[in-house]
Amino acid sequence: MQVPILKQGPYLIATIQAALTDSDIVQLRDALVDQVVRHRARGVIIDVTALDVMDSFATGTLRDIAQMVRLRGAETVIVGIQPDVALAMVQMGLVLEGVTTTLDLEESLAYFQHKHNVLGRS
Amino acid sequence: MTLSELEERSQPNLDSAGAALMRELVTHLAQHRTALREEWVDRITDAHLLGAMTREEIFAEATSVYDTYVEALETRTLEALEAYAQNLSERIIPRGVETHEVVGIVLLLRDVLARSLFAKYHGDTSILNRVFDVYEPAANSIAITVAVGFVRERERVIREQQEAIRELSTPVLQVRERLLILPMIGLLDPHRARQLMEQLLRAIRANRAKVVVLDITGVAVMDASVANHMILTVDSARLLGARVIVTGLSPEIAQTLVNIGVDLSKMNTVGDLQGGIEEAERLLGYKVVPTAEPPPAAMAL
Repeated sequence: MQVPILKQGPYLIATIQAALTDSDIVQLRDALVDQVVRHRARGVIIDVTALDVMDSFATGTLRDIAQMVRLRGAETVIVGIQPDVALAMVQMGLVLEGVTTTLDLEESLAYFQHKHNVLGRS
Repeated sequence: MTLSELEERSQPNLDSAGAALMRELVTHLAQHRTALREEWVDRITDAHLLGAMTREEIFAEATSVYDTYVEALETRTLEALEAYAQNLSERIIPRGVETHEVVGIVLLLRDVLARSLFAKYHGDTSILNRVFDVYEPAANSIAITVAVGFVRERERVIREQQEAIRELSTPVLQVRERLLILPMIGLLDPHRARQLMEQLLRAIRANRAKVVVLDITGVAVMDASVANHMILTVDSARLLGARVIVTGLSPEIAQTLVNIGVDLSKMNTVGDLQGGIEEAERLLGYKVVPTAEPPPAAMAL
């Protein structure tokens, strides 16, 4: 199942709506990394609220996306990790180092806006 | 060993002479009920046992213990006594009666009755011997029954209390918009630590918390497994998008954690709860300023 990517101002929002196969995730990675420059996005938001499982491949790919997006000049925020998923992830040692996480979509937009306002003024 | 086995072991089947002797003995104890009972209560008072109860209460209790005791001798069964011992324990344990007191009073009763038997039969050593052959095993098994019943009841109470402590849920409190406080108190075992952790993560989502202050001032000791749970909690909370500030680490816990080599570098720790809340407010962008001079503390009566 393909993940829709929406453009909202200078941000790209990818909302995962159902469990993804490994190839779906790779596809998402390629699409995001490609579009981030095409749309001149400053931030990428990946919403995983609907996922009730995150395996090591998914986690690793999300981290890859964050790093690749950074190299392409934007920042990634993962939103909506469920409590049980978070628990399972840290127990497997999947802690998404260096990736910003927020509670929900609203929070991630607020995070970006705050950050860009501060940067904009300086 | 169960009580009935004990009973069999300590009360070998009596022959007809023994049974007759036991009947005689029971009759004697029943006839001298008032005097023996009073002597027993006096000895309880002299020995300063059952300090938590008044003399009237002791007397009332002694009466029923005496009757149950004689009945147990007579019927040579311990069921009624067992039930009575449990009932008695349920009533007196909440009043702080100790194990040594219960065992002490039963042994005193045994002694009082033995003395009375000795006084009755001391003229004839052979009968006296046979009386004690009958009486002692029965008396001992009664004492054991009461003591075991009491200890069992005590253990049940202790188990219940442990259960209650374990189930005491730790509150997750919201002190400001998006700021939660989780004061942890008491003994933390891995089971409870895990429970707390899940509770905290759910509360973060439910309250849309951004910062959580985890106060462990009330935690006396922490082992490696619980410390690891704490680190897992901090990591999980971060994945949810919340930051955790740990406050109130005692010197002992700090030392334990350093000794067992727990990596706390990822953890944001602040000395006390006040400092933790101030740090959290800073993270949330609050600035608390006094509005005016505080009014004088003195109040007109």
